Amino acid sequence: MENLAQIAPLIILFPAIGAFINFFWGAKMGEGASAMVGTVASGSSFLVALGLLAYLTGNGFNPAVINPPLLDSWIRIDSVGLDISWQTRVDTLSVSMTLFVTFVGTLIHIYAAGYMHGDPRFSRFFAYLNMFLAFMLILVMGNNLLMMFVGWEGVGLCSYLLISFWWDKPGGEGIANSNAGRKAFIANRVGDFGVLIAIFLSFWAFGTLDYYKPNEIPNPQVSAAHLEEETDSSRVFYSFADEDVEMSQLGMFGQVARYVRIDEAASVSLDNARTILNQARGTGDEQLIAQAEALLETTRAEADANRPQFNIGPATFGIGTLLTLITLFMLLGVTGKSAQIPLFVWLPDAMAGPTPVSALIHAATMVTAGVYMMVRSNIMFHHAELTSIIVALIGATTALVAGFIAIGQFDIKRVLAYSTISQLGFMVAAVGLGAYVAAMFHMITHAFFKALLFLGSGSVIHGMEHGHHHVHLHDADHPEAVTHDSHDDDGFDPQDMRYMGGLREKMPVTYWTYLFGTIALAGIWPFAGFWSKDEILLDAWYVGFEKGLFQGFIVLGLLFAAAAFTAFYMWRQIEMVFHGKPRHEAAEHASESSRSMTIPLVILAFFALFVGFINIPSGIGFPFTFGLEGVLGVHLLGDFLEYSIFAEAFNLLTFNALIAIPALAVGIGGILAARSVYGGGKAIDASGQDPLQADPNTALVWNVAYARMYWDEIYFALIINPYIRIADFLYEVVDWGFLHDYFHDSVLIRGYRSMGDLLARPFDLGIIDGAVNGLGWLAGRIGGGLRLTQTGYVRTYAVALLLGVVAVIILMLLPLI
Amino acid sequence: MPEALSVGSSLSLTTITLFLPMVGLTILLFMNEEKDKDAIKWTAFGFTIATFIASLLMAFNFDVNDAGLQMAQRNDWLPQLGISYFVGVDGLSMLMVLLSTIIMPIAVMASFRAGVLEERGRSKLYYIFMLLLEWAMIGVFVVQDLIIFYIFWEVTLVPMYFLIGIWGAENRVYAAVKFFLYTMAGSILMLLAILYVGNAAGTFAVPEIIAGVQSGQLTFVMDGVFSEQSFLFLGFLIAFAIKVPIWPLHSWLPDAHVQAPTAGSVVLAGVLLKMGTYAMIRFNLPMFPEASVTWAPVVAGLGVIGIIYGAWVCYAQTDMKKLVAYSSVSHLGFVVLGIFSLTPQGIQGATIQMISHGISTGGLFLMVGMLYERRHTKLMAAYGGIWKAMPVFGGIGLIISLSSMGLPGLNGFVGEFTILLGAIGSGVLGIGFALVATVGVILAAVYILKMFQAIFMGELDKEENMNLPDLHWQEIAVLVPILLLIFWIGLQPSAWFDMLDATTASLIAGIADFAPEIIVQAGS
Repeated sequence: MENLAQIAPLIILFPAIGAFINFFWGAKMGEGASAMVGTVASGSSFLVALGLLAYLTGNGFNPAVINPPLLDSWIRIDSVGLDISWQTRVDTLSVSMTLFVTFVGTLIHIYAAGYMHGDPRFSRFFAYLNMFLAFMLILVMGNNLLMMFVGWEGVGLCSYLLISFWWDKPGGEGIANSNAGRKAFIANRVGDFGVLIAIFLSFWAFGTLDYYKPNEIPNPQVSAAHLEEETDSSRVFYSFADEDVEMSQLGMFGQVARYVRIDEAASVSLDNARTILNQARGTGDEQLIAQAEALLETTRAEADANRPQFNIGPATFGIGTLLTLITLFMLLGVTGKSAQIPLFVWLPDAMAGPTPVSALIHAATMVTAGVYMMVRSNIMFHHAELTSIIVALIGATTALVAGFIAIGQFDIKRVLAYSTISQLGFMVAAVGLGAYVAAMFHMITHAFFKALLFLGSGSVIHGMEHGHHHVHLHDADHPEAVTHDSHDDDGFDPQDMRYMGGLREKMPVTYWTYLFGTIALAGIWPFAGFWSKDEILLDAWYVGFEKGLFQGFIVLGLLFAAAAFTAFYMWRQIEMVFHGKPRHEAAEHASESSRSMTIPLVILAFFALFVGFINIPSGIGFPFTFGLEGVLGVHLLGDFLEYSIFAEAFNLLTFNALIAIPALAVGIGGILAARSVYGGGKAIDASGQDPLQADPNTALVWNVAYARMYWDEIYFALIINPYIRIADFLYEVVDWGFLHDYFHDSVLIRGYRSMGDLLARPFDLGIIDGAVNGLGWLAGRIGGGLRLTQTGYVRTYAVALLLGVVAVIILMLLPLI
Repeated sequence: MPEALSVGSSLSLTTITLFLPMVGLTILLFMNEEKDKDAIKWTAFGFTIATFIASLLMAFNFDVNDAGLQMAQRNDWLPQLGISYFVGVDGLSMLMVLLSTIIMPIAVMASFRAGVLEERGRSKLYYIFMLLLEWAMIGVFVVQDLIIFYIFWEVTLVPMYFLIGIWGAENRVYAAVKFFLYTMAGSILMLLAILYVGNAAGTFAVPEIIAGVQSGQLTFVMDGVFSEQSFLFLGFLIAFAIKVPIWPLHSWLPDAHVQAPTAGSVVLAGVLLKMGTYAMIRFNLPMFPEASVTWAPVVAGLGVIGIIYGAWVCYAQTDMKKLVAYSSVSHLGFVVLGIFSLTPQGIQGATIQMISHGISTGGLFLMVGMLYERRHTKLMAAYGGIWKAMPVFGGIGLIISLSSMGLPGLNGFVGEFTILLGAIGSGVLGIGFALVATVGVILAAVYILKMFQAIFMGELDKEENMNLPDLHWQEIAVLVPILLLIFWIGLQPSAWFDMLDATTASLIAGIADFAPEIIVQAGS
């Protein structure tokens, strides 16, 4: 079992090979084989992930670091000790990520085989999907920040290619699709800027970008017991708690822990000295006071000398400032990749991509990368209090804002996109509260039910398109001729919920699975979202009421409101899409999707119901857990992740009915409210309006949500349009007008001419005239191709230079001959 | 006066590599323009390949642990003036020679299908100029004598001048003259500085001059910003800065690129611009260490302005070639920043970036050339949806575009990352330099994606684009080495860094003798 971890690089290799095959031979293989290759590659990765899980459970959950065979380090400069490797890391955090990424990924591959059927670039699609998986797995499996960055930008690239996958659609739609892809890439690059700076600072501060060195264990307390059982003598584990381990033997996170401890020790001794001084002052004894003052002075000098200082260029930082800076720059990356305020604007547009892409990349996996990065760096965020507050507030605000905007959307996928932003906000807020397990828990449950909802919406769109097709062409024999997501001439949009309604009878499997996803997302017991959302709310309560920190109260309030919106907009969707009567002939003739699409839905629905039980809190039992804690144990996920999370940052809370019951009430309340507004066949009124839009009391607020709070308009006015205007100004006025035309023609040329005239005076005397005339004749011969009239000087000079060259060559060869 | 260095005088591999293009050129002279049409181009191609193989032999013979000159050869030429034929390579020179010998066969092969050669003829003269150019470029990178360096430096102008002037686009004469004038203007200052240094040192051999500076036998006074050493530093720097070009001396570049034939642009961007940055590392840093430290923030600052300015101006372009030309200003700004960070990371990154830029920008110019051959326009607006008509071209174009914008895993990232890493920790620059420069990474995505989208994406709706033929095997053959290098340097650049490591370490150690503040250590 000890060697089982060696299979880790395969998890990346399989999808990479799959992508390779589909890129080069996919088009010749045909749809079936192409989809098979992609799905098998993805499934193989899932099997490898299971193998790695087996390795961890068999080895006391202690991590392994694997060097890939055949590959050298990536960037290595020996003389300065820079060595960035292609190492993969097997620990409980990376394995939890790979398990759900590859499992959900495989299901989406199967689904896509049905969804993309008939697309002219079918095999290309599977190549991109596999390539995405490979990059996503590099992101989570890498053992250093820069390898994570490779995956980080790589998934961004795949996201770009897949959002703009239908770049050739006619009527400007293709350009719109590729604009959406470009927007996603650039918004993410803004975030990547932050990640890069964080990487640079980390390198100069710690001299390495490795998370942990191969022999290091992050959480010594939990690993201590297993260390005793360690039988393989070649593996000597040490933790950063060991004082006799050199700093340079530690990875960056181990160093952080050590430096923080040194820094705190200095503060403690200083505090002690102050206490002694105060006591001395209390006695009023002059001699004692003098002694205590002297002690304070020496302690202060010692503390200053002991406190770690980090030199980055000419600047010097203490550990606190350094961690705050690094984490703040990381946070910028998170707002890009995980779509938080202020960079979230790309995600709704990303829905231009095929629906399996929305499910896989823009809901379940890629967008969680930002949260993953923060959980991976938990020790840094734990010690960066200011950043943590900002993270919590950004997450909670995003959760609420996006939840609000979702209420005013008609596009079925756009609602889900804003919902995803909102749920990512929950996870980010959890990280800001120090609840790293809760963030991971919600990430995993969300991956299942949000993938389910997106795939369900894809099934609905598919059904609508078929219905539309059926009505217009009466040509049910060739359904593959259907093109996805296209806005036809008659204005029909298969994604617009206003055209739907009554699909419950037409698409029963889709309906019931979608209902499962909705209830899970709304956080209704016993579905997955109930457990994971509850844990985040519980942590907010804990930070606010137990620790007495203000951000806990704010986050708790914002997230409760966001949870209410979640239930409301999801039930609004159920009413608009599935209940009531069909509002369009396409909905009238919609039909259930094929098996390849519905089977993944059913599997995901199962998980949407049960996946929450992987982290049953303590303090609640039968009947609320169906007794599953007897099978799965309490805090299964939490105990698993404990091996990857810094001991002080690790915290598991006991179930609290005072949070769970209001949370459940808010969820049910949201559903009931939506049911009363949209239920009973009045989801869309006769004039095609949302009831909230039609009601003058709510119209004003609703319209703000409908206009997406004008984020895009604001960005265009403040950033994009000025950028373009300045680009034009720089080019036309500064570069061409001034530097190019004026500076060159007026200043340089004129100066050159007058200097030339000055130098030419001796020539005018006829001294060298003959020689120059001869040259001119030669120049005319050689440079004959140049119709050069205005600057004869230059041609002459060039030819003279050429002749000079010949002379030089001859001179150079002379000593050799 | 510095001591003389003892170097063998027998024929070295360096000399062989240097003069192989000359052999080819001589053979071409005796061929007949009309009768030997195919033979001429294949002979030219053959000799660029032979030179490439010779340079590979050099690389195999190269000892990465030796910081000094290798495969050196020195013969007296004008001993009374201290001028000698002195060639040899250290890690830096070795990589630049490899870059030149890799780019040249690509450029020559890319000329095979150039319509302009059919139109205007004179292909024999064309290939003669190409080989002359290769000889001069390799010369610039291997000679170790200031006077002969100057000669080679000037000689590179001649073939490029004629390549632009004879086989260029509509405005070729204007561009050729401008190219010539700008570079000449800088060179005059350099010549003066060279004569001054040579006079002071009593020799023009660069290793001897540097040894003199190191040992203190040769001193250029440096007190205050404007003193002897500063003026000499600037004399060299301005000539190099025009070549790079560093903002605001870049206004010859868009003209030269837009007017040059495809192969000319490839060589210009691929190799000629790097002569400037190479020479900064070779001459400015070791000969004038104190002035380098004093002026580092100024030069690096201009580099940073170039990064942002170049990238920003790119966005306003409608002509593909002009866009790529301005992107060079941005990319070479990174190189300048890396060099004047005066850290091993920065300088090694700068060298890798020089090679990477040669590959990716060379690739971009080849792409533009391939489109131009088909449609006879360089305006982006004339294209759109080309990926559908030319799927192979679209795929390759995507990879080259991504490499140019520095996607990790491809070549562009490796250089940019190490440069910025060096810049942020530099002992002579503040963090602000790297912070602003990193914004260039965002802007690169902005202009590259704009161009990629305009050419390849959208509906294929223009009649004349519907039936564009996909790449010919010769065009693929030209692009394949570029793709291989993109992935090789992107994923496993260690071999390239290894060649530079000893050279850079000794260079930095030499400067640190005068300015210990440049030594920075990662980790607390």
